[in-house]
Amino acid sequence: MANPLRREVRQLYKNLLYLGREYPQGADYFRERLNCAFMKNKDVTDPKEIRKLVDCGEVVIKELGTLYYLREYRTMKKRFYEEELLGLLNIGRPID
Amino acid sequence: MSRVLVGVKRVIDYAVKIRVKPDQSGVVTDGVKHSMNPFCEIAVEEAVKLKEKKFIKEVVAVSCGPSQVTETIRTALAMGCDRGIHVEVSGKDYEAMGPLQISKIFAALAKKEEASLVILGKQAIDDDCNQTGQMTAALLDWPQGTFASEVTIDGETVKVVREIDGGLETIKISMPAVLTADLRLNTPRYATLPNIMKAKKKKIANMKPADLGVDMVSRVEVLRVDEPPTRLAGVKVETVDDLVAKLKANGTI
Repeated sequence: MANPLRREVRQLYKNLLYLGREYPQGADYFRERLNCAFMKNKDVTDPKEIRKLVDCGEVVIKELGTLYYLREYRTMKKRFYEEELLGLLNIGRPID
Repeated sequence: MSRVLVGVKRVIDYAVKIRVKPDQSGVVTDGVKHSMNPFCEIAVEEAVKLKEKKFIKEVVAVSCGPSQVTETIRTALAMGCDRGIHVEVSGKDYEAMGPLQISKIFAALAKKEEASLVILGKQAIDDDCNQTGQMTAALLDWPQGTFASEVTIDGETVKVVREIDGGLETIKISMPAVLTADLRLNTPRYATLPNIMKAKKKKIANMKPADLGVDMVSRVEVLRVDEPPTRLAGVKVETVDDLVAKLKANGTI
């Protein structure tokens, strides 16, 4: 691994691992996939290639943040705004 | 310029399945995942956004409870708050703590810190009180913009678009004021590891309710906690006519 990028790659791994703790399918599942993904690229030496892969990793971080936000938003909406949902479906009360 | 106080509450994580204690005195909290109340996240995000837009100078995150709430304050700091205040409450006082005590603490802190705004989540997902913001405003005799889905600061006044039954209401209130955040106010940022690391340098002050002249005596006693009634199983029908007949029998159509 190219030396100056070594720190960045390590930081990327740590950041992704931290985010993966809340992954819906489990932190262990996430960690396995994360390790696989990093190991797959362990022989890449071209700094430009490494830069591109690191940028991909940053995109994944953003995607995870969005995933977690959407999950929370949708749960909150369902829980607290049931009347809105019923209004949209044109139903007066819940069907039992 | 101005300073904003943001309240954050440590609650059982929204995704956890809640279990009632066998003695029906409360919910199981030991060993259960806790995190920041979702509406408090939205409140923090709004305060940080206002600071980024240069309407306010400093954001102070406040939480009341035992030592574990410092984790929640750290998350708020990682989201962009400048410093934190941990009001230590533990044991029986913490179990009996409710909107009345919290609002007294926040009113005292708002005066002490000379805050121009107090931003809170509209309610906590564990007690669903929806009272702390309103009580704080009343104790301070400040105007309140509750259920805010849009906040705009214009000089010494704030324009708040509120989510109410049947639509939206726009009000203009003067500062200092109390705002409570509703779900659609903003999209809270996720506190990533680099932010958490940076936040470690930020200070969290420690104090007790007595330092603010607040008595924690509760006027409310929890008698019993029950699980909600189990949902009846759904009924499968074979044809559309069956469905229509069942709906008619049910009185739905």
